[in-house]
Amino acid sequence: MSAIIQVEALSKAYSYKLALKQVSFEVERQSFVGILGHNGSGKSTLIKLLCGLSKPTHGRITIGGWSIPQELGAVRAQLGLVSHALMLSPMLTARENLRFYGRLYDVPALDERINSLLETVGLTRFADQAIKTFSRGMQQRLSIARAFLHDPSILLLDEPFTGLDQTASTMLINLLEQAQAQGRTIVMVTHQVELALQYCDRLLVLSRGQLQYAGQATDFSLAQYEEILRR
Amino acid sequence: MTPLFWRACWLIFRKDWLQEQRSRELISLMTLFGLLSTLTFSFALQLDRLSRVESVSGILWVTILFAMILGMDRSAGNDRENETFLAILLSPIPRAAIFIGKSIANGLFALTIGAILIGLMTFLYNLPLLQPMIFLILLLLVVGLSSVGTLLATMTVQTRSRSTLLPIVMLPTALPLVLAAVSATIPLIAQSDVNNSIAMWIQLMAVLDAVYFTLAVLLFDFVVEE
Repeated sequence: MSAIIQVEALSKAYSYKLALKQVSFEVERQSFVGILGHNGSGKSTLIKLLCGLSKPTHGRITIGGWSIPQELGAVRAQLGLVSHALMLSPMLTARENLRFYGRLYDVPALDERINSLLETVGLTRFADQAIKTFSRGMQQRLSIARAFLHDPSILLLDEPFTGLDQTASTMLINLLEQAQAQGRTIVMVTHQVELALQYCDRLLVLSRGQLQYAGQATDFSLAQYEEILRR
Repeated sequence: MTPLFWRACWLIFRKDWLQEQRSRELISLMTLFGLLSTLTFSFALQLDRLSRVESVSGILWVTILFAMILGMDRSAGNDRENETFLAILLSPIPRAAIFIGKSIANGLFALTIGAILIGLMTFLYNLPLLQPMIFLILLLLVVGLSSVGTLLATMTVQTRSRSTLLPIVMLPTALPLVLAAVSATIPLIAQSDVNNSIAMWIQLMAVLDAVYFTLAVLLFDFVVEE
């Protein structure tokens, strides 16, 4: 398998604080990678850099052969982001939200695509309801549909399980497994170590902005993680 | 600027407009603020006919400016709260299209409030405010303020003290445009024959609009990037 994401000697500084220090790793196509670390370890900074929402202070990021920030337009078309935040307009209906984002990405046969995604996430019945009336689980399912809308090859997930109940979490896991089976690469930032150990192929562990572990999830344990956090 | 660019502007504008149609949050907030300010000024300032001519133009445009600050801060805040803005930034559309779409939406909300306030002040102060030239001044003022305001609200919404910071940065920036609007309006209300002077102030407003708009489009990219 070839690398779809390549990160070389990446550093990011905010004023005088170095949020990421010389981080290098590769993510292979169709893999499910978990990024672990405590608060302030640099996980969210890394996701922002991968999305091109923030410019690296040093280093190089290549996604699908395109460089960030030079070829940002091409990179963005390949990315889908799901975060713990809604990233949707609460006053609009589920269908209006998806139509808006679909048009921004110029998705072909948009109405068919929206219907199919609403069915996948189990929201067909609620398609024409304003999403402010949705439960947190329903909103997150719609958020996933939004991220899948333009058929991205890479899904970036920033704490996607925050605030989800057991049913919604299970549904999200199923959707992610389906996405991986369909050939998508998944990069997930999470606090939930057990979850990452269970579902991810590879893990990246960050502590104080430095990469402390990059390897197979099967070779990593909860004890090792706690040891890294204690250092 | 290709048709795709304008399509992206339209999509952003339409989303904000549709959102406002459903919630009526910004228009209600701005209208209420405008009405209360106008009434407060009306009762607090006991103005004779001559002073009214000079003061009302200032009261009108400054009230619109404050109402716009309130509306643009809330609009940027809504996008921030749900991270809708982040999702838009992630899409492969030009940042300038996002800026233009949002500015047009903010501008249309302000034009609505402006028209309401002009009508109200005509009634309250018994002055000839319902003139095409006053509406032209309103349009020019709103174009400039929504350009600079959209940029500054996007910038300040990322800070902790966003609601206090926006007026602090917006008022000095908006001052030249408001002064030009006030100066152009006084002879119109007084119905004096000084067409050259009005034309000069209106031309100045058009130039300021062009400068504000160009700078805001160019700077928006830097403002949205961390």
